Amino acid sequence: MDDNVQERIRQNITETPVVLFMKGSPVFPQCGFSAAVVQILSHLGVKFKGVDVLSDPEIRQGIKGFSNWPTIPQLYVKGEFVGGCDIVREMFETGELQQLFEQKGVPVRA
Amino acid sequence: MAMDAAMIERLIKESLPDAQVSIEDLRGDGDHYAAHVVSGAFRGKTRVQQHQMVYQALRGRMGNELHALALQTGAPED
Repeated sequence: MDDNVQERIRQNITETPVVLFMKGSPVFPQCGFSAAVVQILSHLGVKFKGVDVLSDPEIRQGIKGFSNWPTIPQLYVKGEFVGGCDIVREMFETGELQQLFEQKGVPVRA
Repeated sequence: MAMDAAMIERLIKESLPDAQVSIEDLRGDGDHYAAHVVSGAFRGKTRVQQHQMVYQALRGRMGNELHALALQTGAPED
């Protein structure tokens, strides 16, 4: 993989505590799976940065290799890959996602 | 491009022979599936690692021919 792309991804996930690589923007998601994760994060009141992979083909391809994960969306918290839509949803339902944010010092709406 | 549920099951079982796999064709279009996979190989692995093992079993089809596969994984209960 292009080192430059890897570096851009690394910068993204280290500069911002919560980053969602997604299709579309948080306001206009272009895919149901991305929309579902946006909805969960918004519900929890978590501030996050959305990176639209549709407008950045390099990142779209690069992120799959970076995380060894074939699909979008992908959620990163404090530089660590948390999972895609299914995992985020499952963790939200069991309360583990809220716990993870608290452990990592990310403010969640009470 | 659609993919057959039996094919998905076969690929998963080739990599994880003990796996119990149940697959549901969510829309009946051969393109949106939900799979529940239980395997002893998942023991001690994180969810991310478990899903990565299933994706690996599908050998690059996930995200390509296979557009949507909702995954739920776990180890068998003792």
